[in-house]
Amino acid sequence: MLILWGNVLVSGILMGLVYGMIALGLTIIFGVIRIVNFAHGAMVVLGLYVGYFAGAWWGIPTIVAAVSAGALLFVFGHSLETSVVKRFVTRPHHIQFILFIGISLVLSGAQLIAFGPDPRPSISHLSFETIALGPIRLDLARLQAAIVAAVMILALAGFLKYSTFGRFIRAAADNRLGGLMVGLPIPKIYAITFGIGAACAGVAGALISPLFDAQPFLAVDFTLLAFVTVIVGGLGSFVGALVGGLTIGLTEAVAALLFAPSLKSALSYGLLMIVLIARPRGFFGAKET
Amino acid sequence: MQKKRDALPDRGAVLASLAAFSVLSGLGGVLNPYLISLLTIVFLFTFIGQSWSIMLGLGGQLSIGHALFVGIGAYSVAVLNIRYGLSPWFGLVVGMALAATVGAALAWLSFRFEVRGIYFALLTIAAAEFARVVLSGWEFVGAMQGLFFPAQSGPNSLWMLRGDARFYYFVALAAVFLGISVTALIRQSFLGYVWRAMRDDEEASRALGVRTFLHKIVIVSFSGAWAAVGGGLLALVQGSVFPDSIMGMGISVDILVGPVVGGLGTAFGPLVGTLITLPLDHLASAIGNKFGIPGLNNVAYGFALIAAVWLLPDGIVPVMVNLAKSVTRFSWFGYLQMEQVKK
Repeated sequence: MLILWGNVLVSGILMGLVYGMIALGLTIIFGVIRIVNFAHGAMVVLGLYVGYFAGAWWGIPTIVAAVSAGALLFVFGHSLETSVVKRFVTRPHHIQFILFIGISLVLSGAQLIAFGPDPRPSISHLSFETIALGPIRLDLARLQAAIVAAVMILALAGFLKYSTFGRFIRAAADNRLGGLMVGLPIPKIYAITFGIGAACAGVAGALISPLFDAQPFLAVDFTLLAFVTVIVGGLGSFVGALVGGLTIGLTEAVAALLFAPSLKSALSYGLLMIVLIARPRGFFGAKET
Repeated sequence: MQKKRDALPDRGAVLASLAAFSVLSGLGGVLNPYLISLLTIVFLFTFIGQSWSIMLGLGGQLSIGHALFVGIGAYSVAVLNIRYGLSPWFGLVVGMALAATVGAALAWLSFRFEVRGIYFALLTIAAAEFARVVLSGWEFVGAMQGLFFPAQSGPNSLWMLRGDARFYYFVALAAVFLGISVTALIRQSFLGYVWRAMRDDEEASRALGVRTFLHKIVIVSFSGAWAAVGGGLLALVQGSVFPDSIMGMGISVDILVGPVVGGLGTAFGPLVGTLITLPLDHLASAIGNKFGIPGLNNVAYGFALIAAVWLLPDGIVPVMVNLAKSVTRFSWFGYLQMEQVKK
C-alpha cells in the first residue's frame, strides 16, 4: 500500500513539473504583457504534434523534439506578437479574450485540417519502459519529461535572474512606464516574452507526446489546466506556477487513485475553489497593479 | 436638461426596436423551417448575451464562464420537467433562484478580497468547468448521457412551453425584446447610474457612499438569474441537455462574442452582433462540411473573430449609428433629430 502511494505521488510530482512548465508560459506572458493567452492550450497541442511527428517519422528522440518544438514555438509566438497581439496590449480584457479565442480556433482548425481529427497514439518505446528506484518504479517517459522540464525551468529562471535581457524583462513586468522612461526596448521585450511563453508550451507539449495521444481537441483541456494551475499558484508568479503545477499534478494522481480517473479534473477544480476561499490570489499571487 | 432627456429612452431607439420587432415577427410567419430554427437560437443567445452585456457594460464585471448560469437554468428546467413532470415555468423560477444564489456566492467569494478584473474572469470559467465536470458524473441528472424532453405531441402550450419551431421562435423573440426593454429600464434607473459610476471609478463611488461590494454581488447575481432563464429556454428548444453542449467553454464563448461584435453597452449590440456571428459560425460549418474538410469552419470563424475585434474596435452598432447619422443629417428626419445629433 505504501509503495503504491509512493509510486502515485512520485508520478504526480513528475507530471506536476510538466504542468508547471505549461503554466510558466502562461504566467510569464501575463506577468510582463498583462495579457492572458487563451490560445495556450492550442500551442501545447502544437508542441505535442511536433513531438509525435518527430518520433513517428524520423525517430527523433523526444528530448531533441522538445528543443525543436521550443524553437519553433518561440518563432511562432514572437511573430504572432509582433504582427497581431501588440495591437491589443492596451485593449480591454474581453476584446483580448475574443482575439485569443479567434487565434485558438484558427490554430486548432489548422491542426484539424492538417492532421485530421483522429487521436494519434504515441509509438515511443519510452512509454513502456520503467526503471526501478528501490521499491518505486518510474515510468521512463514521465521521468524524462520531468527532468527536461526541470532543466528548462532552471535555465529560464537563470536567464531571467542573471542575464541583462532577463533583467529587462523583469523590469518591464515590474513597471512598464518606468521601463519606457529609462529607454527599455519595450516592444522587443514583449515580443520575446511572448515567444518564451509560447516556447514553454511547445516544449511541454513535445515532452508529453509519449504520454498523450496527439489530438486537436485537447487544446481546451490544456488551456483550462494551465488556468487552474496558475490561479492556484498565483497569476504572474514564477514560483507560483511551479508550485501550482506540482499541486495539480499531485491532486490528479491522488484523485485517480482514490476515486475514478475521470474525476481527476473535478478534484483539481475543487482544489481551486478551496485555494480561492483560503488564499484568493493563489499561493504566490502578487497584489494587483 | 440632461437628466430629463436621460429619463426616457430616446425616441430613435424606441422606434427602431418597434420596427425591428415588427419585421422579425413578420419574418416568423414566412421564413422556412431552417431559418426559423437558426433565428430561434440566435434570439436565445442574444437574450443570454444581454445578461452578459449588462454585467460588463453596466457593472464592469467580466465573465467568461457565463455557461455556468445557462447550465443551471437548463438543468433546473430539464430535471423538474422530465423527472417530476412540472411546468417549465417552475423550472425557470427555480433556475433563476439557483443561478442568483450561485452568482452571489461566486461574487462574494472573489470580491471579498478584492479579486477582480481578469482574476474574477478566470474564476468564472473555473466555476463553469467545475460545474460541468460535476454534472458529467452525476447520474441523477443523466451524467454524460444527458436528459431528453419527451417528444412534442399535441397543440402548442404556453403553460408547458411545448410547441413547434414557430412557437419557440416567437417565445425567443419575445425574450429578446423583454431583454432590450429591461436593459433600457435599468440603464435609466437608480441602479443603472450606481452601477455605471462603480464601473467607471470604484473608489470614487465608494467614497460617495455606494456600497460597491454589495452592488457587485447584486449585479453578478442578477445577470446569472437572467442567463438561467435563457438557459432554460435553450434546453426546451434543443429538446435535450448535455453537460458539454450546455455548459462547455464553447457556450461561454458564443454568449460573449455577439454582444462584443455588435457593440458593448448599446441596446441593440447583442442582437445585431449575434445575428451576424452565429449564422457566420453555421455558414463556416456548412462550408467546411461541403468541402469535406473538418476544421475549416474553425479557421474561418477564428479569422472572422480576429478581424472583428481588429477592424471594429467598438462594434458594429456604433458604426451603423454614425453612418445613419451622416446619411440622415440633412434630411427631414435629421432635422427632427438635430437636437440630439449635436453632442
